[in-house]
Amino acid sequence: MKVSVIITLKKDVLDPQGKVIHQTLNGIGFDNINEVRQGKYFEIDVKENDKKKSEDKVEDMCKKLLANLVIEDYKVIGSQ
Amino acid sequence: MHSSVIIFPGSNCDRDMDVALKKFGFKNKMVWHNDNELPKSDLVVLPGGFSYGDYLRCGSMASKSKIMKSVINFAKGGGKVMGICNGFQILVESGLLPGVLLRNKYLEFICKNVFVKVNSKDNSYFKGINKETLELHIAHNEGNYFCSKNQIKEIKNNNQVALHYCDKNGKIDENQNPNGSIHNIAGIFNKEKNILGMMPHPERMIDQALLGEDGSVFFKNLINNIR
Repeated sequence: MKVSVIITLKKDVLDPQGKVIHQTLNGIGFDNINEVRQGKYFEIDVKENDKKKSEDKVEDMCKKLLANLVIEDYKVIGSQ
Repeated sequence: MHSSVIIFPGSNCDRDMDVALKKFGFKNKMVWHNDNELPKSDLVVLPGGFSYGDYLRCGSMASKSKIMKSVINFAKGGGKVMGICNGFQILVESGLLPGVLLRNKYLEFICKNVFVKVNSKDNSYFKGINKETLELHIAHNEGNYFCSKNQIKEIKNNNQVALHYCDKNGKIDENQNPNGSIHNIAGIFNKEKNILGMMPHPERMIDQALLGEDGSVFFKNLINNIR
């Protein structure tokens, strides 16, 4: 089963890349932006057919490696 | 005194560290990341570099490598472990030190000499150093030390800050902060102060022909304290 997960910086963590992207978007004419936050997306094909079990496994991966919980949050956004 | 320098794929300051440790009297061994056991060591060093190409987050892959289990056990038993630059990143990723190192505030790789002020001398790493400030070299893209409000409170309460970025007179302010680190932090200890992580590279300052000699001050003092 393929599980999709996104990892984003926590709200109070400065995201300088997001800021630069925001400024650049402004520079090319997209001026109706409040904020840009950059994150990471993973698609993990787990050898498991049960949805719940697959997602639990990926959550465990997030806690142990994929995310650093001091600065990042993770969210499983789908599995198929 | 026996030291061990761990080599991860992508480490590139490992041999500089080897030269520095030997110059000041350590019997140093190089240890491959895939080994299971540390040789007999009084000091373990995680060197600078770009372990695993900085994939995912700097130091995150290296922190899960085989030898790190042994390093973590050694550190938890009171063994002295020092991480420089990427080594510092590996220490925070392995949970041996609190916080995390983010991308530099102005998104640029910084490579220059800086001054750092020694904040705490009640430990083997800085006890006996007479200078208040040291001139050391930094070279990093992710040296912006960050931690939660509760963590910084704890770090301050336990006097765990090792080094602050400062000017040559020891003045600590935002103008001397090269990378955006919270409270100008350049290095920290664990609570027990047997583990040190710092962004500056003392091994690059051990000869007049190099960038300076304040690294020599650090290593001479270190071997005296570990003896």
